[in-house]
Amino acid sequence: MENLNQLTQWEVFIQSKSGSPYEHAGSLHAADKSMALQNARDVYTRRGEGRSLWVVPSDCIVASSNEDAEEFFDPSEDKIYRTPNFYKMPKGSTNI
Amino acid sequence: MNTQEALLNFCLRLADNNMIAAQRLAEWCSRGPILEEDLALTNISLDLFGQAENFYEYAATLQNNGKTADDLAFLRSEREYFNNLLVEQPNGDFAFSTMKQFLYAAFAKPLYEALQASKDETLKGITSKAVKEIKYHLRHSSEWLVRFGNGTEESLKRSQIALNELWRYTDDMFLMNDNDKALIEAGISIDLNTIKTSFMATVNEIFKAAHLSIPETNNIITGGCNAIHSEHLGVMLCEMQYLQRAHPGAQW
Repeated sequence: MENLNQLTQWEVFIQSKSGSPYEHAGSLHAADKSMALQNARDVYTRRGEGRSLWVVPSDCIVASSNEDAEEFFDPSEDKIYRTPNFYKMPKGSTNI
Repeated sequence: MNTQEALLNFCLRLADNNMIAAQRLAEWCSRGPILEEDLALTNISLDLFGQAENFYEYAATLQNNGKTADDLAFLRSEREYFNNLLVEQPNGDFAFSTMKQFLYAAFAKPLYEALQASKDETLKGITSKAVKEIKYHLRHSSEWLVRFGNGTEESLKRSQIALNELWRYTDDMFLMNDNDKALIEAGISIDLNTIKTSFMATVNEIFKAAHLSIPETNNIITGGCNAIHSEHLGVMLCEMQYLQRAHPGAQW
């Protein structure tokens, strides 16, 4: 049964400056989307952390589960050829 | 009435309004209905303290008698405070505080906007910064009122009770005295009646969306700008000024 004394939970993402990725900042409770946006502004951007905000209802986020971690992530551990370790840097360049 | 004196008095009125509204909101600290709202209320309180400080600093400069902004805030008694009666009213429940905040912001926003055309550069500067904050305060309180009105019977009832109680203090915000006359002539301030249309447009829009109706009241109470206050201000100042009165000049 729905917990009636809690409002919907929302996840907050902040963009620190134009062009940067939105990064997860935390979560909060709010009754609807515009209140969620206001709460996000008040809770997470009081110290100049951002110029833009996303709020997403937490139950809209699809997350991988711990039980899946082995089959999801372990196989990439020995695929060292997927990283650019063996790539020779062109002369004169310091990073790519 | 010379312009300098009138401007000093007007600055004190603006400062006192913000100081008292901020102090009332600060009383919500740790008592907000939810954590998010507790932070929002105290954020708004701090915005208003900041605005009060700017106006007090300017008032201290105008007064030019060695008194500081702190002296103005903490060493004047209730008959020397010029804030509007609305902001000194006790907090009541969350709907009541929200209504109070809404009515004040609906008044302050057009006032600050109009003061952008002031011939006084400092006043213009302070209000151009403050108007951004007050816009948010208005939005915040408006959103809540609309939700109270469309929430439960109880939330609608409580916000209507708040409006019934507080509406009588709204005329007081538009009350003017000789100071206003002098400042209007000097092009520093405005005839407050000119922002009443904007105030009424805001409240009518939000009250319609929130299913609230303005009460028929003949019990209009005014006097704030002439330092005539309700019984609540003295009690508030006792608490707010206690430390500076008991330990003059105390710093931290």
